[in-house]
Amino acid sequence: MAQSFKEAINSGKFVVTSEISPPKGSNIEKMCHHIDTLKDKVDAINVTDHQSSVMRFPSIGGCLYIKERGGEPILQMTCRDRNQLALQSDLLLAYVRDIRNVLCLTGDAVVVGDHKEAADVFELDSTQLLRAIRQLESGKDLGGNDLDGAVEFYAGAIVTPEAQPIEPQLIKFEKKVEAGAEFFQTQAIYDLDNFSKFMEYARQFPVKVLAGIVLLGSARMAKYMTENVPGIFVPKDLIDELSGAPKGEALNKGIEIAGRMIAALKRDSICDGVHIMAIGREEVVPDILAVAGLSTEIEKK
Amino acid sequence: MKSITKQKSLEEIEQQLEGLGRVYIIGCGTCTTMTKTGGIEEVLDMKDRLQDMGKIVTGWTVIPIACDEMTEVSLRENNEAIQNANCILVMTCGLGVQRVGSYIDKPVIPALDTLFIGLEDSPGNFHEVCAQCGQCVLGWTAGICPITACHKHLLNGPCGGTNNGKCEVDTEKDCAWTLIYERLKEQGRLDLMRKYQPIKNSQVVPRPRITIIS
Repeated sequence: MAQSFKEAINSGKFVVTSEISPPKGSNIEKMCHHIDTLKDKVDAINVTDHQSSVMRFPSIGGCLYIKERGGEPILQMTCRDRNQLALQSDLLLAYVRDIRNVLCLTGDAVVVGDHKEAADVFELDSTQLLRAIRQLESGKDLGGNDLDGAVEFYAGAIVTPEAQPIEPQLIKFEKKVEAGAEFFQTQAIYDLDNFSKFMEYARQFPVKVLAGIVLLGSARMAKYMTENVPGIFVPKDLIDELSGAPKGEALNKGIEIAGRMIAALKRDSICDGVHIMAIGREEVVPDILAVAGLSTEIEKK
Repeated sequence: MKSITKQKSLEEIEQQLEGLGRVYIIGCGTCTTMTKTGGIEEVLDMKDRLQDMGKIVTGWTVIPIACDEMTEVSLRENNEAIQNANCILVMTCGLGVQRVGSYIDKPVIPALDTLFIGLEDSPGNFHEVCAQCGQCVLGWTAGICPITACHKHLLNGPCGGTNNGKCEVDTEKDCAWTLIYERLKEQGRLDLMRKYQPIKNSQVVPRPRITIIS
């Protein structure tokens, strides 16, 4: 049995996580293929929870498959779709099925997804969900009732180091730390100087931080994200580097950029690891790790 | 306080009126007059539309404050025309529709959808300010309500979707938590934003909401 994510991160090694998206439908073949591609290459695999508010196979279902296939899952849990009762009961299921890592998220708005008239819940926010986990660990549910069998989780959250304005996000980051977040996966970062400044601040707190690395597949994607995705800023020199790649080579350039950034983050001990989001190109994650010089190290675990 | 309403499509109004050939129309002199959804002009326009649909309009009135109990008096004054109708088409908010319905033993049909309780910022521009959640947090949030002004009604700060002070669901809309942050900062009270806000009680007054003031 491989190390748990918590053991890996606390061992001081530079950890790598990646993520998969469950299918839109009952065909789990591609998801299982992605799990098999990643499970021995990374320390843990996030499973998204109806990302972008698009209805899919559940996050907890994906985590169960990761466990079954010998990987280490991180259950992404948003507050968009479930009230207190539903969130707590899913945590009980996760715990008994040995899913011990939970990433607490507020969740995207329903209206950006594919069920535009659906109700949104947001009874809890990410900070309150972290506290809910700590309360369940104390043996009590959110109603203050005793649990027959408590739980224990390694709980994390997200932070957006490039957000504008940044101070409200940092206040929330600190509230998440106080609420019991033990690790953070960041929104995509591309400017290592900016990120290093954020890490100087984040290092004051007793939490582990994994830098978010979103694979850039083309210059167009990089420009689109900078212009449209909140908290993502791709510097012009990276966009130029992607545009300058020979025809058909942009993805390889993106792999090289991601690998190079990961290598630099590790070399300068800027953060505790990386979270690689390949967004549909999960099969190239091992290539990114190879460029970063990390593949053999992780396979040894 | 104003009930902000929007007229239903004529198609939906016609569906609701199926089999009801004789219609009496009621508007309201307060909120729906201001929002131009149930004042005299709109009631007269509706009369023409109903006649185009082949309905007989037995009469109409615009009650000063349709949700008020004085509505009973107005209805009594117009009793004859009301009795000649099969139903009442009500161009008020949901409060007025239910007030009218409580006095009349005939079907009451809403012509409007009630959207929210809001304030008028400038002529024709309304925004929701209070969701009547039963547990006011304005004292912690610089007087800006995160329950109504934040799309996800978050209590502990902005989500990751905020961008340059705007909301992820609509770049025309301000991020409530950026506004709260800026105002608290101006007031030198940012410590309030650092305070943990617990999960709200969703059952302060369980529905159906009833209260007795003695």
